Amino acid sequence: MNTSFSWIKDYVPDLDVSAQEYMDAMTLSGTKCEGYKEYDKNLDKIVVGKINKIEKHPDADKLVVCQVAIDENGTEVQIVTGAPNVNEGDKVPVVLDGGRVDATHSGGAAENGIKIKKGKLRGVESFGMMCSIEELGQDTNMYPDAAKDGIYILSDNPNYKDAPIGSDVVELLGLHDVMFDYEVTSNRVDCFAMTGMAREVAATFDKELKLPEVKETGNDEKVEDYISVEIKNHDLCPRYTARVVKDIKLAPSPEWMQRRLSSVGIRPINNLVDITNFVMEEYGQPMHAYDLDTIAGKKIIVKNAEKGEKFVTLDGIEHELDETMLMICDAEKSIGLAGIMGGENSMITDDVKTMLFEAATFDGTNIRLTGKKLGMRTDAQAKFEKGLDPNNAMAAMNRACQLVEELGAGTVVGGAFDDYPVKKEPITIDYTAEKINALLGTDISEDDMIKYFEKLDLTVDRENHKVIIPTFRQDLLRLCDLAEEVARFYGYDKIPMTLPKGAATAGGVSHKMRIEMKAADIMTSFGFSEGMTFSFESPKVYDKLLLREDSKLRNSIVISNPLGEDYSVMRTSAVGGMLTSLSLNYNKRNKDVRLFELANVYIPKQLPLTERPDERMQLTCGMYGKGDFYTMKGVIDEVIKGIGLNGETVYSSDSNIEYLHPGRQANVLYKDKAVAYIGEVHPTVLKNFGIGDRAYLAVIDLKTAIELLEEEDAVRYEGIAKFPAVTRDISVVMDKTVEAYEVSTTIKKKGGKILKAVELFDVYEGAGLEEGKKSLAYSLKFRAEDRTLKDDEVNELMDKIINALAEKDIHIRK
Amino acid sequence: MDIEKILEEAVKQIKESDGAEKLNEIKVNYLGKKGELTKVLKSMKDLSPEERPKFGQKVNEIRKSIEEKLDEKKKAFDEAILKEKLARETIDVTLPGKVVKQGHLHPNTLTLREVEDIFIGMGYKVVEGPEVEFDYYNFEALNIPADHPAKDEQDTFYITKDILLRTQTSSVQVHEMEKGELPLRMISPGRVFRSDEVDATHSPTFHQIEGLVIDKGITFADLKGTLQVFAKRLFGEDTKVKFRPHHFQFTEPSAEMDVSCFKCGGKGCRFCKGEGWIEILGCGVVHPHVLEMSGIDPEEYTGFAFGVGLERISLFKYEIDDMRLLYENDDRFLKQF
Repeated sequence: MNTSFSWIKDYVPDLDVSAQEYMDAMTLSGTKCEGYKEYDKNLDKIVVGKINKIEKHPDADKLVVCQVAIDENGTEVQIVTGAPNVNEGDKVPVVLDGGRVDATHSGGAAENGIKIKKGKLRGVESFGMMCSIEELGQDTNMYPDAAKDGIYILSDNPNYKDAPIGSDVVELLGLHDVMFDYEVTSNRVDCFAMTGMAREVAATFDKELKLPEVKETGNDEKVEDYISVEIKNHDLCPRYTARVVKDIKLAPSPEWMQRRLSSVGIRPINNLVDITNFVMEEYGQPMHAYDLDTIAGKKIIVKNAEKGEKFVTLDGIEHELDETMLMICDAEKSIGLAGIMGGENSMITDDVKTMLFEAATFDGTNIRLTGKKLGMRTDAQAKFEKGLDPNNAMAAMNRACQLVEELGAGTVVGGAFDDYPVKKEPITIDYTAEKINALLGTDISEDDMIKYFEKLDLTVDRENHKVIIPTFRQDLLRLCDLAEEVARFYGYDKIPMTLPKGAATAGGVSHKMRIEMKAADIMTSFGFSEGMTFSFESPKVYDKLLLREDSKLRNSIVISNPLGEDYSVMRTSAVGGMLTSLSLNYNKRNKDVRLFELANVYIPKQLPLTERPDERMQLTCGMYGKGDFYTMKGVIDEVIKGIGLNGETVYSSDSNIEYLHPGRQANVLYKDKAVAYIGEVHPTVLKNFGIGDRAYLAVIDLKTAIELLEEEDAVRYEGIAKFPAVTRDISVVMDKTVEAYEVSTTIKKKGGKILKAVELFDVYEGAGLEEGKKSLAYSLKFRAEDRTLKDDEVNELMDKIINALAEKDIHIRK
Repeated sequence: MDIEKILEEAVKQIKESDGAEKLNEIKVNYLGKKGELTKVLKSMKDLSPEERPKFGQKVNEIRKSIEEKLDEKKKAFDEAILKEKLARETIDVTLPGKVVKQGHLHPNTLTLREVEDIFIGMGYKVVEGPEVEFDYYNFEALNIPADHPAKDEQDTFYITKDILLRTQTSSVQVHEMEKGELPLRMISPGRVFRSDEVDATHSPTFHQIEGLVIDKGITFADLKGTLQVFAKRLFGEDTKVKFRPHHFQFTEPSAEMDVSCFKCGGKGCRFCKGEGWIEILGCGVVHPHVLEMSGIDPEEYTGFAFGVGLERISLFKYEIDDMRLLYENDDRFLKQF
């Protein structure tokens, strides 16, 4: 929402503050002002000049030398210009030597304007510059009479042609003005109108609000003789008002109206269009004008469209409608898309003689949905969507008719059509000062509260502690709404700062969050940095990961209105994001990268979704560079132990994960439950993601881990061993395909209770061993709780172990 | 034999000795079983019984003297050896340490942990809620009914007509209020989703931290006071806060809070675009209809709520100029935190 200072001052004439003061105060009273532009900030020494003589430039074909009168005494200066559109006798804006303009002639703005100095152009002296509209900081579109590419000829505009030579152009064009830009919140429908905004201004600065005086209009004819109106859907059209204007004389609107419109970015067209736009801005009520001669049967019918109906709006675009859309029709055909845009078939043309003015109220939601379906977004629609006050419609209509008469744009026919079966009545809110103060934590007197209410045109019934809310304030419904009005005008900054006084509460994070923090801290201690990636994924990533057609991971939740295919499904695995991150690092030549992410994956319980999916928190780890599978394995073991799963993890190589190296991957089992998986990334996947180095992945399903933690016994002190341990090392040889797990479990099984630890300290393949064999060396630690072990005892166990291994074709290395 | 002579000779030899081995030799030569002193002692039998004790005492004194001298010299040798060894072992202490370099937490996590600490200290529990959510929890229960234009403002991602990606962590408020355990002090951090194209200041996924307090007698002043504590703890004790009226469907009165620019202290700089203030969060007194919908009597209880963008704080705090960096995971970026 924009307003110009001058337009606001039309309704708050006593306002006397600087632009900065205005912006600050409005922001603090609740109308957030995001910035302003002072039109005259960079305009200096610009006067009305008259071109007395034009001669060719001696040395340049495209330049001319002008003698320009710059004051009433006829003082002349010489100005060289390249503008093609100047003629002797024209009055033009002239910036004198030492003056400033806002921008270049092509509109290129400069922060502090452009200083104009006398100088020579191709050897001929020039003492200033004639200006285009752009150089004055304005938009040519807002000055329909301005040349598209050239000097603004003041004498071509009837409003400026008599301006005295030497007079201030900035004053003449009304550019001693400021344009403010606001963020108006959606609840303040009333503030999307100048008069509504002015009411806030008046209340903020405690000044009187002077709304336009609307006089009775119309001749002694009756509107009923021209038109009849029938509304078939009052739910979507609570009010419809119409009046008729005849003997239309189209002409440009007067200067003041053009400048008001252009100040808020609306291009002046002609008196009729400008009046409807002006009233829309002033009252916040969109209006529409139909050429009455195109309306069949002199009848307006408001009804829903037919399904599949085709309709051409006045911008020439054909739309296909459905039965939810509200149409304005005549006796035979549709003539307007209600609240959005009129039809091409009934639009005002230069030949218009009689017209129908419409000011109606339509259901905001319906207008919004229709606009959305048709892909349309008009100014009128934007206003209707917010839900307009029907009591405003007739006021706006009468204001428009008054302007028609004032501007001599036509003859207003007497009477008005008004279908408004259910009148919207003001509501009443009970209040007490105590309740409002209790909500705000303040001690504001009731008198002050009443003062704030009345400033806003709310009526207060002091005796019964009631506030009567006018219908234009649809946002005021309950006591809390009144409390905000009090707070706004008392000043948010004056409300004290206290802390809640109630009973103390125990704060803290949940167990789940504590586990996540612990996992993150362990990961960073091993050199992994935390990354974050989007929860969205492209379905293409499943192919990049070589997932089987029937892979469960392909069952992802699909977003119905995604930002694009790349973000169109909710990820079932964060591996795609991790590999993308590793790839980015690889391509930026970052060495030895280790990353992890803690984030949810989204597993649907069924598709399409009818309930919330299973959101599983997973720790996804990835690395390349220094380290290998066992580095990653060590880290994962530490995380699993570190979060409290102290028992044994089992690595099972039957994991069969498509995107991992088939010979270098494992599921990590804890108490027979898969809690994680780990592996080297499949070379094809590396290629698909553009990673040119071996990379490793591990994913811990923290949701499973946390479930397992619930069954975990509490940690208890077991005492420190009193008797010495006996250590024996053995080195065994076996086929390469035998897993170390097989060896260690066999040893443990036979070692019994006194075997306290089995530690692998060497793995060997190569010279000295048969082809296809490997050797593993273990250190076995025996200890009894109640005695010092004897050698015989341990030897006996060692024999058992060696025999058991031998049965599995695992032999002592010779 | 003149035993004094023996001493003299021994001391001389000790003095001239060049190492521990030589000392050992000297020790054997004088004090050993076949040593000089032992020989002298053996010759004692030739003396008269009167002379023997005196001579014996004398020999012992000399033995002691030699032993002392030997020890003394031994110590000197040991010290010299140690000194030499230490000198030899001098290392270049400026060479880099041998450790696994620590990884780094994401700036969002660092910020979040700080924020959580502040509120936990004030008795807030930290709770989480679902990211894929029913429309009811994200909108309707927060006073944003079906077809309300405010729904459009938030550019929601929908899965089905009723299920969406939450656009705000405010949805967690509703879950907590429904539990009916009052008084309630909570914050809820988490991912939210809005259909904004990725650029330097927008991301379709980002994080919010929602805060909610419900108790008897909670006021707008309490909201202001609490958020002032938050701002000062997070950005420094000199931080000032400013509350501006605003509108949210689920709070009334509502406000936006600005904090004085922590770069320039409020004077205005490039960082705060010359304004001296930085908009940091939205907040307000919980709308009575929101309480009612979750089964809380607004006549008995009131509350306040606030919502702050985690990325927004991270970007400001660490002076990161492009939001995309937070989701690219470039190691050179992450290592800086």
